[in-house]
Amino acid sequence: MTGKHGNKVVASIADALAPLKDGMTIMVGGFGLSGNPEALIRGVVERGVRDLTLVSNNAGNLGKGLATWLKAGIIKKVICSYIGANEDLHTRMASGEVKVEITPQGTLAERMRAAGAGIPAFFTPTGAGTIVEEGKEVRDIDGKRCLLEHALVGDVALVRAATCDHFGNLRFWRTARNFNPVMASAAKLSIVECDSLVENGAIDPDDVHLAGIFVHKIVHVPEHENAFEYRTVRKR
Amino acid sequence: MTYTTEDMARRAAREIPAGSLVNLGIGLPTQVADYLPAGHAWLHSENGLLGMGPFPYEGDEDPNLINAGKQTVTVLPGGSTFDSAASFGMIRGGHVDIAILGAMQVSAGGDLANWAVPGGKVMGIGGAMDLANGCRRVIAMMQHTTKKGEHKLVARCDYPLTAMRVISLVITELGAFEPTGHGFRVVELAPGITQDRAQAATGAPLVYVL
Repeated sequence: MTGKHGNKVVASIADALAPLKDGMTIMVGGFGLSGNPEALIRGVVERGVRDLTLVSNNAGNLGKGLATWLKAGIIKKVICSYIGANEDLHTRMASGEVKVEITPQGTLAERMRAAGAGIPAFFTPTGAGTIVEEGKEVRDIDGKRCLLEHALVGDVALVRAATCDHFGNLRFWRTARNFNPVMASAAKLSIVECDSLVENGAIDPDDVHLAGIFVHKIVHVPEHENAFEYRTVRKR
Repeated sequence: MTYTTEDMARRAAREIPAGSLVNLGIGLPTQVADYLPAGHAWLHSENGLLGMGPFPYEGDEDPNLINAGKQTVTVLPGGSTFDSAASFGMIRGGHVDIAILGAMQVSAGGDLANWAVPGGKVMGIGGAMDLANGCRRVIAMMQHTTKKGEHKLVARCDYPLTAMRVISLVITELGAFEPTGHGFRVVELAPGITQDRAQAATGAPLVYVL
């Protein structure tokens, strides 16, 4: 019998993804392409699992990232907050190949935070008076119309971190952080892809962004594409 | 002459007191940042950034330092980064003073519709519903009519709603307007715009209060 917090570092993406099965709910970090665990995303396609429920703010963009899962036909359902210019998702939504549940971004984040924090359900005013209310309990709380939302648990979370030590303590870079911390807390198996793997003690306890209690497997991937989506500059 | 988008952004910037904490929605509202003097207001970006600065100079772009529209930005001294749950806690918890959002329709009652066009492609909700409900003052920045000339300031929205009774001011190319419940109070008309032209372009009564 081993605890989940023994040796977390695995040698390869394939080793990290071995427990994945068809039909799983997989949470993937990122806001657009920023903060995507790029190698794990590629690895899932190579792993060959299918009929997945994907939870991610977006389902890739510009044909990259999670758009490759759409193109590989391995997704049954997407829970996301924004589709935008993602043609790969628009076409599959229109054809009925992929079921899409669009949820307010804050509600998506809070459903996963709640799952990780042991809160089974919560009331939020977001979406009151809109189609987001459909099928949900609505209650007036202190004069505010609120909806009951439930915690969202994943089978697996695929997380991108800038720096990770051997216990799984994480630091993130700028806006690549986004959904990664809450997803790590909300899944039964959290797999981290880190740019930099350091010894325990290299990250000061006060400088940890997310404690390793939420991390189960670690894979070191030093190189990433870090694609630009809309590179924008101002004139000097 | 109608306001240009630059005029609209400049007009919206006048609604932001010094020391405000502001979220600018994707699209037209991002231009408001160009008309805020340095240090005037703190900009919050839903994807986990406070103290957002201007677009970077060429060569300084960081693909992992982006705004809600996924454009590259910078961060100012005193800025901070945090995760999405914390970010939306700031929004939903009433800590953001002002949101300036794009809009498809605004009703006389202040309802906002800005996330889906019936029969059109669904762009998605993103942070729109949280922002519209959570921010203390919500200003809509939009074209006054659709390309086909249909009203966008309406008695009741028939597009899918983002939030109910949240809009306190609408800025369009024709001027600035406040939902009153029954119609819109004209705060100002753009230079040369007549009352008749403004009313013909609006789907609810315009009122003028001296």
